[in-house]
Amino acid sequence: MTTIPFPYDVKDDPWELPYRGSVGMWCLITAELSMFLIFVVAYIFYMGKSLSGPTPKEVLHLPVFDTICLLSSSITIHLSVNGLKKNSQMVFIGWLAGTVLLGLIFLLGTAKEFTDLIYKHNFTISTSLFGTTFYSLVGLHAAHVIIGLLMLSVVLVLGLFGRVRQEQFNHFHSLSMYWHFVDAVWVVVFTVVYVVGR
Amino acid sequence: MADSIPLSGATDLTPEDKHSRLFLEVMHEWIVTTDHKKIGLMYIAASLMFLAVGGIEVLLMRIQLAVPESKFLTPEHYNQLFTLHGTTMIFFVAMPILFGFANYMVPLMIGARDMAFPRLNAYSFWIFLFGALLLYFSLIGGKGIYGGSSVPDVGWFAYAPLTSKAFSHGNGSDYWALGIFITGIGTIGTALNIVVTTICMRCKGMKLSRMPLFVWLMLVTSMMAVAAIPPLSAAQIMLLIDRHLGGHFFDTQAGGSAVLWAHFFWIFGHPEVYILVMPAFGFMNEIIPVFSRKAIFGYPAMVAASVGIGFISFTVWAHHMFTVGMGAAANTAFVLSSMIIAVPTGIKIFNWLATMWGGKIQFTVPMLFCTAFLFQFTLAGLTGIMLAVAPFNWQLHNSYFVIAHFHYVIIGGILFALFGAFYYWFPKMTGRMMSETLGKWHFWLFVLGFHMTFDFMHIVGLLGMPREIYTYEPGNHWAIWNMIVTTGAFVQAVAIIVFLVNLVRSHFKGELAGNDPWDAWTLEWATTSPPPSYNFAEEPMVRSRRPLWDLKHPEDPDWKYEFETENEMTAHR
Repeated sequence: MTTIPFPYDVKDDPWELPYRGSVGMWCLITAELSMFLIFVVAYIFYMGKSLSGPTPKEVLHLPVFDTICLLSSSITIHLSVNGLKKNSQMVFIGWLAGTVLLGLIFLLGTAKEFTDLIYKHNFTISTSLFGTTFYSLVGLHAAHVIIGLLMLSVVLVLGLFGRVRQEQFNHFHSLSMYWHFVDAVWVVVFTVVYVVGR
Repeated sequence: MADSIPLSGATDLTPEDKHSRLFLEVMHEWIVTTDHKKIGLMYIAASLMFLAVGGIEVLLMRIQLAVPESKFLTPEHYNQLFTLHGTTMIFFVAMPILFGFANYMVPLMIGARDMAFPRLNAYSFWIFLFGALLLYFSLIGGKGIYGGSSVPDVGWFAYAPLTSKAFSHGNGSDYWALGIFITGIGTIGTALNIVVTTICMRCKGMKLSRMPLFVWLMLVTSMMAVAAIPPLSAAQIMLLIDRHLGGHFFDTQAGGSAVLWAHFFWIFGHPEVYILVMPAFGFMNEIIPVFSRKAIFGYPAMVAASVGIGFISFTVWAHHMFTVGMGAAANTAFVLSSMIIAVPTGIKIFNWLATMWGGKIQFTVPMLFCTAFLFQFTLAGLTGIMLAVAPFNWQLHNSYFVIAHFHYVIIGGILFALFGAFYYWFPKMTGRMMSETLGKWHFWLFVLGFHMTFDFMHIVGLLGMPREIYTYEPGNHWAIWNMIVTTGAFVQAVAIIVFLVNLVRSHFKGELAGNDPWDAWTLEWATTSPPPSYNFAEEPMVRSRRPLWDLKHPEDPDWKYEFETENEMTAHR
């Protein structure tokens, strides 16, 4: 029976498995999505159920400029990733700096919004059910923007010192997936909080 | 000719340097290790420690309940004990011990040298351990800001509004939320690591369709954990916002909803049950074929059933909430989904029976535990179907019938499979066999204690005894059953002591196991016992689901019968 040859040889088989960084990032994004889902569900469930305090219509304004900034940062980071892929340091660092800048503008916008709400409208997380759900959902997203910005800044600083090379493309690409995720979640938060919820 | 499987070079034969080392050196090695086997063993050791703690807690509760109107414990202590017992057993025993086995076995079974992210693996273990210790720190932590005790006393599901500032004065609920939140980070980290390891680190030829079923089950479990733990973390963040920032998520006076907490908790809580039982299914899939001397029956059906359970388990959560009044439509939907999930589970049971059917069954200790699992898990599933019927559930919800049902799942199913796994893989992990004699004592004592406790707990539940009461009046026929239940609990405790003695004794005095004491077929048995830190000196290559069978039986290898494409089939003909 040993004369029956194996149909093909495993040694010659192509054996390519996906890059673990991307798969890991997909898992992390799944976990984060699951967490955001709960906060979004809570927001939708409690829409219009506040017993007191200002209504969303009275205090919230559409953050159009900030949204444009954050969503464009998805394009700039894509260009930056492409720059690194082609090993063009100028393109990579230029667009990465642009991404960090756009992210910072968004974050400042959120900070200004929160400050106005707290000091001008006297509207805080404990004011009403709306306050609780609003600050926790928008705040959770802002926390993710901060984490993303910190990681992008680390890459930017390393890049400025010439330490990020084409070999690190896979790592940077995984990080860019996280940033795209932060942007995509904003689309949901924006729709729920500022469009449907208002 | 490509008949011989290149597994001969599995280990490096250079003799190890065996100088005696200082205690501190050994400690340092374990603390800084990123070796998946050491981390797996630390997970298992930590879980066994917490098993002892959770076990002592339940024994105290059973002493209190043995006779009516007992004064052994105060009501406050009783509340704290059942909260700590449930939380400990689920989060600090069951989950980490299963992830510990997965940590140890998954890389070995897929022919990898380590997990995909070894440092994340170490981080996950330590953050789990310190999260668990944080919960127990509540025992010695100071009184809360409002002067209440700081030991959690709100039940393992911590229903709102009992956890609000008004009803939970001390810091108990904070310790509960933070401790579990932090261990959750570790669980997500390990689960993510297992998913990435199985997808990206398989050795050559280890296609998904050739992976050992234990690895398949761990892949599905870990994907479920990645999606199911964050809802609990989110709900705990909300709880902490309510308690410390004056939020109103679960504050009914401000329009919040206590029922929403129950939904969020069980959206995590029910997949969690399957997260616990799927690794146990995995143990069964490895142990039953080896001791039936047959390949597993219906491999593709097993994989499909596992993935099916993974998906359906996210749609059944509200069967824990039939009594809150969700309305007929919602009740019906959850009754149906809860019954549908029994179908893939039934497929698994029949596949195991079919694997045993006609096999040359060897009733070693691991196989004894697996056989008991089959009986007990089926019974647990049947009471589960009973409780999934909403009107029946209205009658028995929050009674000891429910407690008996889920302990039948967790002890009669999961713990039995886990003991089987201990006896099966102990030789691989330590290089020594566990004693069969002590193992049989352990098995029969545990079966006796288990059935004394949990069979009769169904009866006291049917007689109407509610859960989470610290005592009861004489004269309603509960006392005799409670006495039997308590006696059974102590028989189980004796069995566990026999098991622990067996573990320690076998570690020092057990007979040497060799690489492959069970004549098994998966890759972990190809390397030495215990495996070297690098697992395999040469990357193994596999051609079938049972690479070691192929190696031992070159005249009749498995790959002759496992075809996936037409091409392979025609090439063979």
